[in-house]
Amino acid sequence: MDTITRRRFLVASGVTAAAAATTLGVREILATAGDRDTAAKTLVLVTLYGGNDGLNTVIPYADPAYATARPDFAYQPEELLDLGEGEALNPGLPGLHKLFGEGRLAVVRGVGYPKPNRSHFRSMDIWQTAQPSRPGTTGWLGRWLDSVGGDPRLAISFEPVLPPLLAGATSAGATVPGGDLKLPAGVTPGLLAGIGAPVAGESPALARAAACFADLGRVRDLIASAPLDDEDDAETPATATGGAAPPLDQQLALVARCVEANVATRVYSVSLGGFDLHADGKDAQRTLLAKLDKALAAFATRMTGKGVVVAVYSEFGRRVRANASDGTDHGTASPMFLLGDGIEGGLHGESPSLTDLDDGDLKFTTDFRDVYAMLLSDVLGADPGQVLDGWRGRMDLAG
Amino acid sequence: MTDRRLVTHLLRRLTFGPTAAEVDAAVRAGYDATLERLLTPAALPQPPDLGAQPAPGDSRAERQAVRKQQREQLATLVRWWLGRMVADRTAAEKLTFFWHGHWATSAQKVRSAHLMLGQQQTFRRYGTGPTGPLVRAMLRDPALILWLDGQKNTRKAPNENLSREVMELFTLGVGAYSEDDVKAGARALTGWQVDRATGRARLVARRHDSQAVELLGGTVGDLDSYADLIVRQEAHLPFVVGRLWARYGGPGPAPAVTGRDTTALLKAICTTPGFAATAGTLVKQPVEWLIGAVRQLGLEPDGAEPILRALGQMPLRPPSVGGWPEGAAWLTTSSTLTRLRAGQKLAARADVDGLTGSDRTQALATLLAVDSWSDRTHAALTATKDPRRLLALGLASPEYAVH
Repeated sequence: MDTITRRRFLVASGVTAAAAATTLGVREILATAGDRDTAAKTLVLVTLYGGNDGLNTVIPYADPAYATARPDFAYQPEELLDLGEGEALNPGLPGLHKLFGEGRLAVVRGVGYPKPNRSHFRSMDIWQTAQPSRPGTTGWLGRWLDSVGGDPRLAISFEPVLPPLLAGATSAGATVPGGDLKLPAGVTPGLLAGIGAPVAGESPALARAAACFADLGRVRDLIASAPLDDEDDAETPATATGGAAPPLDQQLALVARCVEANVATRVYSVSLGGFDLHADGKDAQRTLLAKLDKALAAFATRMTGKGVVVAVYSEFGRRVRANASDGTDHGTASPMFLLGDGIEGGLHGESPSLTDLDDGDLKFTTDFRDVYAMLLSDVLGADPGQVLDGWRGRMDLAG
Repeated sequence: MTDRRLVTHLLRRLTFGPTAAEVDAAVRAGYDATLERLLTPAALPQPPDLGAQPAPGDSRAERQAVRKQQREQLATLVRWWLGRMVADRTAAEKLTFFWHGHWATSAQKVRSAHLMLGQQQTFRRYGTGPTGPLVRAMLRDPALILWLDGQKNTRKAPNENLSREVMELFTLGVGAYSEDDVKAGARALTGWQVDRATGRARLVARRHDSQAVELLGGTVGDLDSYADLIVRQEAHLPFVVGRLWARYGGPGPAPAVTGRDTTALLKAICTTPGFAATAGTLVKQPVEWLIGAVRQLGLEPDGAEPILRALGQMPLRPPSVGGWPEGAAWLTTSSTLTRLRAGQKLAARADVDGLTGSDRTQALATLLAVDSWSDRTHAALTATKDPRRLLALGLASPEYAVH
C-alpha cells in the first residue's frame, strides 16, 4: 500500500492497490457462467483517452461556420457518411454508419458538463467520477458496484491497471488483463503453474508476483483464439491509468466471449488511447476512428440480441477553431455514441452552435449525467440518484 | 541476515541493481563504508549534445519538421539517461529518477528535450541537499511551469494548478493545506513565464501580483518566501520521508527518521533498525527492473524503449502529475508476459557461459543479486537446461520482480 492518499486519482495508487488484490483470470470470470438473471443487461463503456475531436467525428458539414473554422480539416463532401440534418460521420466510421442506417446507433450531440475543465486529468476525473464541481475519489460505476454488494466480478476492465471509474468507496471492479498473451518459446503452462505456486511466508509483493504467473497460465487458453498483433507495438498509446491497454478489438473480443458465456459481469470498461492530437490531427484521428469503428461494428454484430449496450465517450472534445499546427486544442462538449439492444438509433440531443461559443468552445446541450442516469436505470436497473449524488436529469432514448 | 545479504539489500535499494562484482566489493568494504560511498555527491554529468533547440516553424512542413526534431532530441535524452543509469555505481541516478517520478513532469506537454534536461540537472544539483533550495529551483523550473500551466498564472487570472500540486503532491500532502492556501499560493507565483526561445523562466512584473499574501500561517511576497514557508511546515519533512520510504524502504508506514537534507534522510532510512526486514517487500518499477538487468548482464541499454513502453514506464513521460503507480500495480499478467519476452531478448545478447554447470541456479542468483530462489522457482529453473532460457526465466521470475 502507498503511504499517502491523494485527493484525486492522479495516481491510480489508492485505486490500484485494491485492483491488484482482485486481478482475476478470465477463467475465474467464466466460472461465473450462468450465475446471472438472463434478462439482466450488460453495459460496455468505451473510453477514448486524449480528448477525441467531436467536431470531426460527427461533422456539421452543412454549417458554413465549420469550414471557416477549420479550413484544412474539412473532408470532401463525397467522403462524408451522411447522417441527415446536415451532419455526417467521419469517413473512418463506415461500420458505425451502417449501424446508424439500421437504426441501432444513437448519436447524442453536445454532451458535456458545466464549467468545463480543459486538463486531461481533471476532465477525465470529472467524467469518471461524474462529479463535475469537485471530483471525489470514487468512480460512478464503482459507486454502482458498492450499491449492489461489491463483488468485483460484476465490473471488470481488460486494461492492465484499474480505471478510476470502477473504483468504489468500499469495493472496486477487477482487472482482467488480456491482450497479447502468446507465450514465448519454451514457456509452457506447466512452467507458469509451477512458478505461480504460493509459498508460505513470502512478502505480499512476492506472492503477488508469483500469482501473476498462475493467472497468466489460466488466461492463455482463452487468448490463444483471439487475433494477435505483432509484439512491441511502438505506437500503442498509454492510457491515463498508466498502462498500455491491449488493442480495442482484443478487449472487445474478450467481452464478447464473457457475454456469450453468460457470466455474472454487468459492466465492462474498455479503452482506446491516443486522441490528443494537437498537431497534424486529421489523418491520425481518422486512423484511430477506423480502429474504433472496426472493433465496435464487429462487436455490435456479434452481440445482437444479447442485451448489451455500448456507450462511447472521451474526456472532452476539441476547440472549434483549428490551431496553427493543423491540430486542435482541448475543448469541451462532444458527441457520445450509444448502441445496442434497446437503444433507439438516430440523432439525439441538440447540436451546439458553432458561432455562439463560450471562449472559443462549444456550449454543451446535454449533461453527461443525464446519459449516465439512463444507462444506470435502463441497462443496470439501478437508482441513478443514489449513484449520481441525487442527480435528477435523465435522457430518454431507450426504445 | 548475513552481512552479504544486508549489503546486497542496500545496493539493490540505493542503486539500479548491483552486479556480482559490485556486491563482492561492497561486502569487502562493509555496510557503513558502502553507504558512505553510494551517497557521496557525484559531479554533475556532462550533458548530452542535443543540438540546438528547434526554432518554431511557419509553414506546416516546417512545423512537422520541428515536431520530428523535438521527438528525436527527446529520444536522445532518454537514451543518454538510460546510459547514465547503467554506468552509475552510486545512488545518484536512482535518486534523480526518484525526483523525476515525484515532481512528475511529462515531455508530452513540455515538448522540449532541453527543458526536460534542465529539470533533470536541477534534480542532480539540488536533489541531494536540503529541500528548500530544491523547491525554490523547481518553482522556477521552465518545464514544470509549462507542465502545470504556470504560464497562464497571471495577476488578472490566477491559475491554481501549480500552486495546488506543489502542496498536494510535491511538498505537504493532502490535508496539510486549505483551498484558500492554494489560491494564495497561486497569487504568490503569478507572472512567472517561460520564454520558449531562450528556455528560461522569468518574472514578468506586469503579470505578477506583488501584494503580500497570507497562507499556511505566514505571509509571503514572492516565490522564494513561498518556497521557504512551505518547507518550514510541520507536514513537510514527514511527507518527504514518507515518499522516500515508499521507494527505498518498505510498503508500511515510514519510521520517524530525521535529517537536514535528503542525503541524511536516505542514510537514516538505510540505517534504521527496520530497514533490513524490508528486503523483498517492494515491487521493482519497470525502469529499475530493466536497468538492473542490463547492468548485471553487462549490456548496453539498446532496445530498452519498447520494453519500457510495454511495461508502462517511459522515462520523461509519466502518465500524470501524480507520477507512476507504485507497488502491486506493476504486477499484472500482462507485465509478467512482457518480462518473459523481454527476458528472452536480454538473454539472447548476454554471455551465459557461467550458467551451464551443475550449480547454475546458484550462479544465476549471484548474477542477478537474488538472495535465494523459492522452492517453486528453483524447481522451474532446475528443469530448464538451456542457459539462455534459464537466464530469461530468472529475469522474469517473482524473486527478481521484487527487491
